[in-house]
Amino acid sequence: MTGAVLSTHGLVARYGDFQALYGIDFQIGQGEAVALIGANGAGKSTFLRAVMGLLPVASDMVRMGGQPIGGTPADRMVQRGVAIVPEGRRLFTGMSVQDNLRVAVDQADRLGRRGGWSLSRLHRLFPILNEKARTPVQSLSGGQQQMVSIGRALLCQPTVLLCDEISLGLAPKVIREIYAALPEIRAQGTSVVLVEQDVGLAQSASDRLYCLLEGRVTLTGPSGSVTRDQISQAYFGGSHAVV
Amino acid sequence: MQWFDALIQGVLLGGMYAQYALGMALMFGVMKIVNVSHGDLVILLSLVGISLASSFGLGPLAVMAALVPLAVGLGWLLQKAVLNRVVGEDPLPSLIATFGLSLALQNLMLQIWSANSRSLPGGGIESRSVQIGGIYIGLLPVIVLAVAVALTWGLDLMLKRTRFGRALRAAASDVEAASMTGINPRAVYASATAIAVGILGFAAVFQSLRSTVAPADGGAQLIYAFEAVIIGGMGSVWGAFLGAMVLGVAQAIGFRIDPGFGVLAGHIVFLLVLATRPQGLFGRA
Ligand SMILES: Nc1ncnc2c1ncn2[C@@H]1O[C@H](COP(=O)(O)OP(=O)(O)O)[C@@H](O)[C@H]1O
Ligand SMILES: [Mg+2]
Repeated sequence: MTGAVLSTHGLVARYGDFQALYGIDFQIGQGEAVALIGANGAGKSTFLRAVMGLLPVASDMVRMGGQPIGGTPADRMVQRGVAIVPEGRRLFTGMSVQDNLRVAVDQADRLGRRGGWSLSRLHRLFPILNEKARTPVQSLSGGQQQMVSIGRALLCQPTVLLCDEISLGLAPKVIREIYAALPEIRAQGTSVVLVEQDVGLAQSASDRLYCLLEGRVTLTGPSGSVTRDQISQAYFGGSHAVV
Repeated sequence: MQWFDALIQGVLLGGMYAQYALGMALMFGVMKIVNVSHGDLVILLSLVGISLASSFGLGPLAVMAALVPLAVGLGWLLQKAVLNRVVGEDPLPSLIATFGLSLALQNLMLQIWSANSRSLPGGGIESRSVQIGGIYIGLLPVIVLAVAVALTWGLDLMLKRTRFGRALRAAASDVEAASMTGINPRAVYASATAIAVGILGFAAVFQSLRSTVAPADGGAQLIYAFEAVIIGGMGSVWGAFLGAMVLGVAQAIGFRIDPGFGVLAGHIVFLLVLATRPQGLFGRA
């Protein structure tokens, strides 16, 4: 596929002597939603961090629109149109909801990124963020914090949004509320990479999926047509399967 | 009356300490950089100011107008050339780097200005005072306090209301998350240190007006700034301001008890705060 907005080519990543990723080939098209599933420790977060420029990688291992951009610092990745909802939300504690979001508005403005997201549109998507505008983020519930983290990433006006386990630790009702925002995000033309532990959720919310096992891709295919058996084999071990 | 007088003089002294402490609150409280050369920078700027005054016949205001931009540039350079290489979660590398810088600056100043004490001629304002109800209040200390309030207020407003202020608070809270939001932490830090050292440009003028300065004097300024920040509570500029007031009052009251006890009284209050309320009097637990 030449129309990939973002792709990785033999992406490897290390933490000191420990190799966490062994040559990941990945791609995502415009407006596409791609799920990344796999057991704890499979390397999903490492993959997102490597793409985001938070881990050292060779420049030709990550491409955007064909251009090699691997290892670009995170702030420059934001400028190129990649934003992340990081594992653990990583909000700016001590600052209000409004100020957390404004940081993203400020920087998008500084970096000259234009897009369809504004504070008021975000408030329509997640009305609670308007009600809690002046509340310090650390006193929000987990779901509300996740909404701030998603909002902060959206206000960076991304063309590719990386989401790391946005459902983790949340009640089913809150998870539905958050996932209900996906269609509107994609309607913007934004591509979404969804790292998910919940396989059913990942399948229903994505067009295609990749399964990682111990730093390698063990399954790729359209989310609608991979079978339960294929997934469980890819998840826990077995040979590489392409559907 | 004697104690009330000590309180007033202490608050006025606190104004001077607040000017030392603000830059440190920004660097230590917000960026977690321990700048051991903080006091030496005050002395360096003071000596440069004194030389400017004598070479070009500048008055204190003109010296200030020249010194503050110079200090801003110096701070920016310090961060770009030295501190951005050592900044991180671990405060030790920045401590070691600035300790080296402190020694280098002291030697440099000795070479250029010798060990003599000098001061900035103030055209008489340094000795003017008014008497209110039996208490003498110096004009210069009142100006120092007023400038300290203005600087604290401006810095606080900048941190709360401006794009730069939000970026700096974000980077202080979680530097990696800040970079994921498009912030370039090193650029933000360079501006923050430029501001911190820029404030020392004001402090240097007042310091050399109200007393003398010599190349080896920086240690005291460093300690007072550090104590004010710790007493007040890290991460808040009004906390540092109030910490400076507490330190000034402690020293003034100590001085009334026994002239040799003044500085020590300040250290004792600092140690008491550190032992009983390590987050500072005005900091959040
Ligand atoms: N900072 C780190 N230092 C060393 N090893 C790490 C670090 N972060 C993750 N790892 C290791 O890398 C592997 C992949 O981790 P991660 O990408 O977090 O997995 P996942 O997100 O799929 O649960 C795991 O074995 C984990 O222990
Ligand atoms: Mg993870």
